[in-house]
Amino acid sequence: MGTLEVKNLGLSYGSAYIFENLDLSIPEGKITVFIGSNGCGKSTLLRSMARLLKPQQGSVILAGSDISSMSTKEVAKKLAILPQGPTAPEGLTVLQLVKQGRYPYQSWLKQWSREDEEVVQQALEATGMSELAERPVDSLSGGQRQRAWIAMTLAQETPIILLDEPTTYLDLTHQIEVLDLLYEMNDRDKRTIVMVLHDINLACRYADHIVAIRDGRIEAQGAPNEVVDEQLIENVFRLKCEIIPDPLYGTPLCIPHDNCRLRASRALAQQQKRQNNSLHGQPVGEHNKTEETVEPVKELVAASPVRV
Amino acid sequence: MSKYKPLRSRGAQFSVLIEKRAVWITLILFIVCLAAMIVSTGAGSQFITPLNVIKTLLGKGEPTYEVIIMKLRLPRIIIAVLVGSSLAVAGAVLQSIIRNPLASPDVAGITEGASLGAVLFIFLFGGTVPIHWMPLTSITGAFLITGLLYILAWKKGVDPLRLVLIGIGISAAIKSISYMLVISGPLQLAQRSLTFMTGSIYGTSWDKDVLTLLPWVAVLLPLTWLQTRNVNIQALGDEVASSAGAHVQKHRLLLLALSVALAGAAVAIGGAIGFIGLMAPHMARKLVGSSFGSVLPVSALLGAIILLLADLAARTAFLPNDVPAGVLTAAIGAPFFMYLLYRNRNRY
Repeated sequence: MGTLEVKNLGLSYGSAYIFENLDLSIPEGKITVFIGSNGCGKSTLLRSMARLLKPQQGSVILAGSDISSMSTKEVAKKLAILPQGPTAPEGLTVLQLVKQGRYPYQSWLKQWSREDEEVVQQALEATGMSELAERPVDSLSGGQRQRAWIAMTLAQETPIILLDEPTTYLDLTHQIEVLDLLYEMNDRDKRTIVMVLHDINLACRYADHIVAIRDGRIEAQGAPNEVVDEQLIENVFRLKCEIIPDPLYGTPLCIPHDNCRLRASRALAQQQKRQNNSLHGQPVGEHNKTEETVEPVKELVAASPVRV
Repeated sequence: MSKYKPLRSRGAQFSVLIEKRAVWITLILFIVCLAAMIVSTGAGSQFITPLNVIKTLLGKGEPTYEVIIMKLRLPRIIIAVLVGSSLAVAGAVLQSIIRNPLASPDVAGITEGASLGAVLFIFLFGGTVPIHWMPLTSITGAFLITGLLYILAWKKGVDPLRLVLIGIGISAAIKSISYMLVISGPLQLAQRSLTFMTGSIYGTSWDKDVLTLLPWVAVLLPLTWLQTRNVNIQALGDEVASSAGAHVQKHRLLLLALSVALAGAAVAIGGAIGFIGLMAPHMARKLVGSSFGSVLPVSALLGAIILLLADLAARTAFLPNDVPAGVLTAAIGAPFFMYLLYRNRNRY
């Protein structure tokens, strides 16, 4: 297995620091999810952990040694990263794609060993892509395509897999499909999985460890049930919300507040109240409240800046 | 996996996965290429039947045929094969590393650089320095322009799209310099330069052309083929390639150098024959998919066949005129480029 740690990391684009003096240790054999608003540095952090970006200061420690002192092939046997929205060349088949996950194990003499063949078969089976192995990647649906790419990273046989927004551009069914696949990889093979997700609810459901990032700093980290609450979401996303337990697993479920919808429904309620008043010449009682004019729940009203 | 056949040595030191379909297509194209060579050798003002061509090649033909074939026509045929395949492979490499089906040595400015080198040679040393030195100036030209291209495109590594855009700009600038030289120079030199800039394999000889180009092709083609793994992984994008443990920038530089050397050597002998580097790899990918191990030999054969046929048409269809082959390749290539642009209109 491999451990992954970030020590005193600093990275800047031009003169502006994305993050500075950042320390983070990824729990081994667990699913870790980075959450944060757009541009908070979560993808940058993930990419620098996989040596795709070179940090200006600090270091990334992979299995005890500094990633910058290791050969890129050595790193590739311990850690794989699937970047966001990868594209395959026209006509490339699933098998040809997955095969290339074996790159760090091959040389120009040894291009297709028995081991390569077995591992590629396993990766195809694990992702349910065996049937589609001969199909061109660009002819597949979004979910299948993402599974093909995940199969390629699986063929790399690394104890650690990083994924940058693996569910972006997928519909809900395929999001669940991909996350289930990753969950299985973690559960069965004990692979360490680190990913960036935008959906907080799915993040809370699938993560063992959540890392909330805000402006290049780690705002909070820990098990979803311990760290995700209204205050954290407000700090990280600048969004007021309600947190209720997920009816299936009891993990935090975020119900966001909004402004427009809330205001509109209140305005409607007021208007109907007034109409009722002028029609009947008396204040509205409990009995003539209709479905449309149901008041927003108490807490919601309290949290809103608009007073009814 | 019945479409594939793994080849492994007993000690497992050597192993490779063969695509059966690609092997068949390569074989068929090889036969087509041989047939085109024989027919093309026979065609001309003096027509020789394919059978007589084969006899002559085996040393059993008539003496008159032997002079025509061995002295006049065969060098030109061999050059067509060498130039065509070099340009095609140069294009295949470029399209893979730039990850753009519209890339080719002529679009990226490499051919123009080589051609400017040659035109400069004609103007500066025309008649004083032996013509043997011309390949050197055109390869130098190709490398200098590519170097300039690389420096201008460099921004913490070379981004493929920047490379192509800057290449198009440089290509236009270089072409205008070449034309300026042609327009301002003496008429006789201008004529030679213009033919060269269009691309022609007219009047080639064994020692001057074939022996100059052959070593380059014999070394560069296998060397490029050995880079198959690295080309394939680059085609998945820089980040995926890095993740899989490839030295992306190092490999890109090496592959670019191989492509430039191939294109430069081909242009030195055949002139700026356009569009082969664009068409052949594209057709190859349609036939055998995008795996470079198959794309390289198939492109090379297709490039050879295209130039053989273009040259055959150019020198026989307009008799007694010998039209430069580059005119013909451009005549098919330009509409093809438009078609590619149209097909890819939604991709970028």
